[in-house]
Formats: sequence, C-alpha cells, structure tokens
Amino acid sequence: MMTRTMQIKQLHKSLTPLCHFAILITALSTYAQLTSDRLLNSAKEPQNWLMYSGDYAGRRFSALDQVNTTNAPSLVAKWVYQTAATGKLETTPLVIDGILYATAQDDRAFALDARTGRPIWMFQHPVPADIRPCCGHVNRGLAAVGNKVFLATLDAHVIALDSKTGNVVWDIVSADYKLGYSYTLAPLVVKNLVIVGVSGGEYGIRGFIDAYDAETGQRKWRFDTVPAPGQPGHDSWEADSWKIGGAPAWMTGTYDPATNQLFWPTGNPSPSNRGEGRAGDNLYSNSLLALDPDTGKLNWYFQFTKHDEHDWDATQVPILIDPDGKRLIAQANRNGFFYILDRTTGKLLHADAYAHTTWSDSKDTDGRPAPNSQSSPTLEGRTVCPGALGATNWMSPTFSPGTNLFYVTAREQCDIFSTAPQPYEAGHAYYGSAYFPSDKAEPYWGALRALDPQTGKLKWEFKHLSPTWSGVLSTAGGLVFTGDAEGNLIALDAVSGKPLWHFQMGGAVYASPMTYSVDGKQYVAIAAGSAIYTFGLR
Amino acid sequence: MILLVMSSNVLAQDHNPFAGDSKAAKAGEYEFRINCAFCHGLGARGGGRGPDLSKTTKHHGNQDADLFRTVSNGVPGTAMPANGTNGQGVGMTDEEIWQIITYIRSIEVKAPAQSAGDPSRGRRLFETDANCSSCHMVNGKGGRLGPDLSDVSTSRTRAALIESVRNPSQRLAWGLTESTKEFAQEYRTVSLVTAEGKKLRGVTLNEDQFTIQVMDFGQQVHSYDKSQLRSLTVTRESLMPVYDEKTLPDRDLSDIVAYLLSLGSN
Repeated sequence: MMTRTMQIKQLHKSLTPLCHFAILITALSTYAQLTSDRLLNSAKEPQNWLMYSGDYAGRRFSALDQVNTTNAPSLVAKWVYQTAATGKLETTPLVIDGILYATAQDDRAFALDARTGRPIWMFQHPVPADIRPCCGHVNRGLAAVGNKVFLATLDAHVIALDSKTGNVVWDIVSADYKLGYSYTLAPLVVKNLVIVGVSGGEYGIRGFIDAYDAETGQRKWRFDTVPAPGQPGHDSWEADSWKIGGAPAWMTGTYDPATNQLFWPTGNPSPSNRGEGRAGDNLYSNSLLALDPDTGKLNWYFQFTKHDEHDWDATQVPILIDPDGKRLIAQANRNGFFYILDRTTGKLLHADAYAHTTWSDSKDTDGRPAPNSQSSPTLEGRTVCPGALGATNWMSPTFSPGTNLFYVTAREQCDIFSTAPQPYEAGHAYYGSAYFPSDKAEPYWGALRALDPQTGKLKWEFKHLSPTWSGVLSTAGGLVFTGDAEGNLIALDAVSGKPLWHFQMGGAVYASPMTYSVDGKQYVAIAAGSAIYTFGLR
Repeated sequence: MILLVMSSNVLAQDHNPFAGDSKAAKAGEYEFRINCAFCHGLGARGGGRGPDLSKTTKHHGNQDADLFRTVSNGVPGTAMPANGTNGQGVGMTDEEIWQIITYIRSIEVKAPAQSAGDPSRGRRLFETDANCSSCHMVNGKGGRLGPDLSDVSTSRTRAALIESVRNPSQRLAWGLTESTKEFAQEYRTVSLVTAEGKKLRGVTLNEDQFTIQVMDFGQQVHSYDKSQLRSLTVTRESLMPVYDEKTLPDRDLSDIVAYLLSLGSN
C-alpha cells in the first residue's frame, strides 16, 4: 500500500553544542507529549483544541475570551487553506501546540502551521473507486494522543499517523467496505483506546462501535449495535431482519471520566423508510448507549425513536451537563425533541419539542414522545414534520457554561414519506423507498436556537434563510458562532442572539466551528466550501 | 438467455442489458427515486433543474450509450452531477444505472409526429402581441427577467409549457433539500424600499441572510445590504402575468408552444 507524505524539515547546521541544547529544549516544549491526562484536562489549555467536540463532555465550548462581544464586530480574516477538492468539507480541525490537524474530502489528512495556514505535511489514503458512502466522500476529522493522530476512512480502515510527519504507523481494516461499511466520523481517544463507530445504515449493515489500542492498532473490543440471537434486545427484531438491521454509530460520542462511561449515539434501522419486515423496537437503533470504555459492555441505553420509519438517526452529539451538581446528558434529537437524561441511570427527565413536529401528540409512561397514527409512511406518501433530514442532524450543538444554554442548529422542513417493498442486496442502497420535500411545508428555513436544558424552553432564535448544516461553537467571550448554507460565518451575542458580525466565505458550510490560540492570538476556524477559514482580531 | 451479472465492470456501456425487463424497470424506479427524483421530478416528469425525461428527444442524446454516459459522468458545466458526487443518495453501480435507464425507457412517451399549432404564427405572437419577448430571450433576442427559452424544446413537454403560461407561479422545482448550488431553485419576486425611499420591483438574482441582489424591471442589477433597506418583501408569486383564456386564447397559446417546441430542431 502506498502512502504519500510531504514534510518540511528544518535543518540546523554548524551549531555550537549550546545551541544544540537550546534547540532541543525548544523542540521538546513545542512538541510536548499529548498525554491522556492532557485530554482529560483539556479545559486547562484553552489555546488548544484536542478532540472533535473540544472536550470529553462534548460541549464545543472554549474558555478563550480575547475575541468577545465588544470586539467581535471587527473580526478579520487571518488565513485560508484551500483543499482544491470537490464535495462537502465536514472537518473540525484539531489544534495542538501550534499545529492544526484536519481532514479533507477523499480521506486526506494534513497538518498546517496554525498561525499562518501553511502546510506541514499531507497524507492521502488511497480510497478505492467502488466505495459506498451515502452522503459524499466526507470525513469529520482526526483524534490524537501521544505522538499520533488517527483517521477513520471511507473504505473502513482505521489508521494511525505519526503526528509530526503524517507517516503511517499502523493501518487496520475494520470491515468489508463492499458491503457498505464505512467511516466518516472523527474518532475519540479514551485512555489508550481509539474509538470509532461505523457508517452504512443505508446499506443494511450490522452496526458496531470498535475500540483499538492506540499504540498497536489491535482491536480491544467491539460492541455490536444489533444484538445477535441470545443477546439482550435480540427479540426486538422480527425473524432475520437483525442480520441487516443497520443501527450505525457514525458520530463521535462523549465521555464522563467521573463515572467512566462512554456515551455513543446510534442511527437508523434498515431499511430506513420501511418498517414492515422488521417488527419490533429494533434495538439499539436510534439510541444513546452508555458503554464501559474499558470493555465495551453496555451499562444502559435509551432509545429515542422506536421502530423508526423516517430515517431519524439519533447520531447527534450527546452533551454532558451538570446543573447544580446533577449528572445529566442532553441531546437535541433529529426527531424534533430535546431530551434530558440522567447519565448515571439513563432515565428520561424530560423531552420537549424544539422544532415543528407532527408525528407525536403524547408521551408514553416513561415520558418519551410517542408516535400518533399519522406518522407512518404510506404507498401514496404522507407529509410528516420534521422531514427525513431531521429537525437537526449531525452538525454539532454547543453548551455554554457561561450562559447555561444549549445551542442547536434547527432545520424546519417537512417531507412526504412514501414506502414500497425493496429487496436487500449486499452492497446496494437499501432505503425501502424514499422521501420528498413537501410543498405544503414551504418555505423551508432554519434557525439557531438557544434552549434552556432545565426547562426545555426556547430562549431565543436566530432565523436562517434556508436550512443549514453548520454546527455551533460557544466561547467565554460571550459569543456563539455558526455558519449558514449561503456561506456566511456569523458571530452572535450568546445571551441575546443578536448578530454582531458576519463574513461571506463563498461556500456552503457543512462543518462546525472551533477556536484556538497561537502566540497569544485567538483564531476562530471553520470549513466552508472547499476551504478552511480562520478569523481573528486585526 | 440468462444474463449473469458478475461484476459491475463487466457490463458493456453501449447497450442496455436489461432492455424490456420489467423487474429491472421496477428496481430502476427505486433507484430513480433515491438518486434522481429531486431534480427530475416524480415519475421523471421534470423539475426546476432537471428536464422531463419522458421525452424521447433528450438534450445530450437518447441512445443507450448517451444515457449511460450522462448518468455516469454528469454534464460538466451544468447542474447534472457525475454519478455519486451529488452528496444526495448513494453512488450507483453500473447495474443500477442500467436499471434506471430501463425505468426511463418504460415511461418514455413519443411526441406525436404532427404537433398541434402553427409555429410561425406562434413566433409572431411570442415577439409581439403576447409580449413574451419583453422578458424571455430566444437565441439572444428578447428580455432578461425571465428564463431563456432557447433550449426548452428538449427539456419541457408541451403540457409543462402550457402549465407554465397558464399558471406561472406553479412550483418549478421539486427542490433539493438544501442549497448545494449557488443559486436558488425558484424565481422569486422582490419588492423593496431603499433607505432613500426609492421603490423597486424585480426578481432576485441571489440572496443570503444579510444581502440581496436584484434585477429590476429596467433590467438593471442592484445589490443591497438588507439592514439598509426600509422594507423588503420576497415572494414566490411570479412576476410573469397569468395568461388566462381571456388574455391568451387556447389557439394562440398552442401556436406559441408549437413555436417553442420547434426551436433547435433544424
């Protein structure tokens, strides 16, 4: 297997021994080891962004406040990196000690000088021509620990790269991509394990979450998201439907060190638009799983949408919040409801609609939204809100400990859901028919919504012209940042929702913003179009 | 003859191995729904961006090889993407593409040899009495507020053209679920009042959260920051007048449509 890497080496020649020593010290402090401890204490180094969601709690919040409500109106562009690739750019960069690590379309990984955007190295994984991604040749980013960064690929490899050079350290094949197995997510490192969740719910796969030893690439455990005969939950699947049950796990989870629990969300059962033939709740599709990260064993689960017929993957980042010391976990779900759970037991505390929903008028005995009789797809087609792409999707929400508000990108769009029998064929798309935008629900629009997790109520909303795929970032500067489908990056006052600044980047946003600092200067970064943009103060 | 399909690479690209196979057509209908319907419409009858595929005259050729190429490679420079690149649905295997082509063949309708209407009379009406030229260009001649109609003969059926004239606000596009393209799918009518009190009506060329770009009745292009406007209204109500039976009798409309369908056929 060929890899191509490029690195810029700086050679110092003809130095005195003292200079050698000084260079060595500088090199060590610049490339101080990224230990597991540093990942646990990421809040102590706000200048860095050490994992996909910023911290293990999944908050996508930064303690940096150099950019704030007073000076945000004068933000300027600092540098731009163009991938020159087509298709959606969904990456969230990491920044570790002045180096930015990110991914691009077609499983390219690269490192840039975070100060100037200049490339340091680039790695191109050779992606086969016959991969089966549902939704573009996308990748949402890397994970890092020690002297390695980790890439999960469209042909179902997990790869460790040397973080200084991009050289391959190990490369493991997880599953057979020809059957529709794939990775698009940014992995999560917990202790010495690289954790990934598979994609392929559009192909009738059997989903899983894997943990690989960061040093060696050896697989330490696999959790199958669709239980086999004899495993708990297996009887929630009719006949043999479990074998192609789906339940992918394609978004990066969160982790609670205090209770040593890994929280991982799962996606749709297969086929996504047809429930006939898979009678039952279809565990553990559309669920939040609480796993023991050391063993992969299940502590508890909560299923948001039972026996899903609308493709409402529950693959949204589940954020840990601790109001008054209570241990909770919050998810604004694709089905239009905002759920607050106790993260020790998985008990639902409350669920409130945060977008227009027509599929549920009541709650079951657990307080969970229950479907009404007008929600199942029919042959002729039936309009349901939210549509298949959901009231939100994979784009990141954020929780700000400054405002105690949960901010989420909401999409207001309804679809006509129709269904018809479709036979399963390995490696072929498997939806059970399709969905179409509903005229009656036009115009489609979106909004950035600030929700109070204590009450489930809306505090404010900032309307988008059209539904967007951008995630949200919050900062201690009192700001939230988000992008839109028309190419804007927007800074808003986190308390009031008032827009303070915007910049037209010229390409739709399919990623979530992040922020970092180098040499005492704060940058806000986001992928838009085919480029990564950074902004800061003049 | 039993057709064994071992791998997608073995299938020829110049003729449809599933021709006439109703099961393949059914499979193709599913594939079409997932991958094509949001531009080409349900039943392939056309949408805002994608032409009606039930016509036997197609813009980029109608032989098996033409259809296979158009679906696989897309049409560079247009909104028709190459297979697997549109970020919607999933990439199709060669077999799936032939199934879609089999489905398209199953819904194709041959246009009658003698189409109704008088194209020369229709052209006169288009350019003068019915005043279509004031907003629509044909082969470089005419106005700019409405769509260019030079190529409409290969992308729209007679029925669709009649509908567009009788009911101009009829939705054009079944619509993508997001703006993956630079321009909006639909024509939007805009009315605004500037900070100086100037009133303007026209069509939007583009719009985002903060700015709007407009062409007015005088075919002048303007750009505004929304925050600087006294008022702004954008609707899907078409600027094109409703040409009902009284304004444009059936016979006149038939002649105009015959003219449009005759374009490009020489």
